[in-house]
Amino acid sequence: MLDTYRPVETPEGVEIGLRVAGPVPRLYAAVLDLGLRFIVYILLGIAAGTLGRGGVGLFFVGLFLVEWFYPVVFEVKRGGATPGKRQMGLLVLQRDGTPVGWSASVIRNLVRFADLLPAAYGFGLGTMLVDRDFRRLGDLAAGTVVVHREPVTPGARVPAAAPLRPPVALTLDEQRAVIDFAERLGTWPPARAAELAALLAPLTGVTHPQDPEGVQRLVGMANWLLGRR
Amino acid sequence: MSREIFEQRHEPQWKALDVSLSRLEMGRGDRGGVPDDLPELYRQVCHHLALVRHRHYGADLELRLNRLVLRGHQQLYHHSAVDSAGVFAFIRSGFPRLVRREKRLVGLSTLLFGVPLLLMTLLVPRHPEIAFSIMTPASVEQMGQQFSPGGSLEAGRPVDSDILMFGFYIRNNIGIAFRTFAGGILGGVGSIFFLVYNGLAIGAVTGYVRQMGFGPQFFPFAIGHGAFELTAIVLAGAAGLRLGLALLAPGALSRGRALLLAGRTAIRILYGAAGMLVAAAFLEAFWSPMPQPAATKYGIGAILWLAVFTYLTLAGRPDGP
Repeated sequence: MLDTYRPVETPEGVEIGLRVAGPVPRLYAAVLDLGLRFIVYILLGIAAGTLGRGGVGLFFVGLFLVEWFYPVVFEVKRGGATPGKRQMGLLVLQRDGTPVGWSASVIRNLVRFADLLPAAYGFGLGTMLVDRDFRRLGDLAAGTVVVHREPVTPGARVPAAAPLRPPVALTLDEQRAVIDFAERLGTWPPARAAELAALLAPLTGVTHPQDPEGVQRLVGMANWLLGRR
Repeated sequence: MSREIFEQRHEPQWKALDVSLSRLEMGRGDRGGVPDDLPELYRQVCHHLALVRHRHYGADLELRLNRLVLRGHQQLYHHSAVDSAGVFAFIRSGFPRLVRREKRLVGLSTLLFGVPLLLMTLLVPRHPEIAFSIMTPASVEQMGQQFSPGGSLEAGRPVDSDILMFGFYIRNNIGIAFRTFAGGILGGVGSIFFLVYNGLAIGAVTGYVRQMGFGPQFFPFAIGHGAFELTAIVLAGAAGLRLGLALLAPGALSRGRALLLAGRTAIRILYGAAGMLVAAAFLEAFWSPMPQPAATKYGIGAILWLAVFTYLTLAGRPDGP
């Protein structure tokens, strides 16, 4: 989780965390949007069909607007996300965490044409894989990032247990280490977990490396630290 | 202060901020604007977040306030307003000034587009096969035939066909301009390709029309909207080249930073070019096919060319720093 976490400082001097989104959820969002656009084209075609030859002209204008500006309208007017992005829990922001404005959104969506080259988002995907914020060419030119709407919930995967107050006050880094330990508990064999917990004997009071009681106490402390008391 | 007392004391403010933000997010704040107390509430909650972090009150409370601050940040630092005065100032002086500031790229773009166009116009009447090296014979013929004596153009056409062609020109021509711009981010290669290719294609049709002797129908048709259309494609190309140049020669800036700044300039040039293309589509759909005498067409066409040239070179002078 740490390698996609981007802290941004607001003018008020507090830090807020952005979590940049990788190519896969963005691809799903793009496919959803493609389907939705297709439906809009069909509706436009039906509406234009009732108006004769002049209607075909209006159809072309509608087609042009949807082709180029469908994402722009949603990104600026509807909270930074096209319906596909919203469904995937994604959001377009400026790199400094502020919402996208008209120009930034227009740039990133026009340059999309270059991202699509030579085929199937080739250049866009290549750039995303090289850039540490997963930005495609359009994002680079516009100064935007695509982020997950919900910030990471620390401790969401910590198993519930009776909260236990740590015997000493822990620093923030120490608190995080305890919470991380409890989060990753399921990924180790019990013996390994007990062995790791034994390293924290001063905190748990359990020195024997095979005693599962140390693990239980750490999970309890993680619960306490997460405010489940 | 214990966490419980802290929460008790500030809970009303967090609730109030949450309610204000929800209302803004639903879009109902548009008429009333931002509530008066929002900035103050937001700053207080920012302060609370800093305290919660400093005092290690717990990750859940920190997360809750972080979410509130993020939402407040989104609403307060919103900059999507388009004011009509800004648009007017851009048309009156901003756009021509911008074009003059980028005159070297505009010049380069003019050459990249104009030289192939002229070359094809001059060569195709003598060597018609060249035209077919970039376009299929069928499409050259189809584009040329409408200008033949008694062709679709001379016969005049009903208004609904004009609207149809208007839509077609909007989609096709502005699409070309957008692609020419976007291709610029590939080190300028895409812009150069589209400029040269479109120069060759337009030149091929012009050359074919000359060879077939359709000139008297074609040139009065093309001269009017050409003033806007050809200029706009050149300007879209210049905007694309600006993006490419930022990547190739960023100067003292990092490439990312240079690209960001170039993007802001380039998109403004593109707005202007797109506006010109809308004007061109109107002219091409409704004025150019009108059965006026050739002299009138040439006269109006000359005035339009002169107007575009004067506008881009003189409007908004003296240039600011």
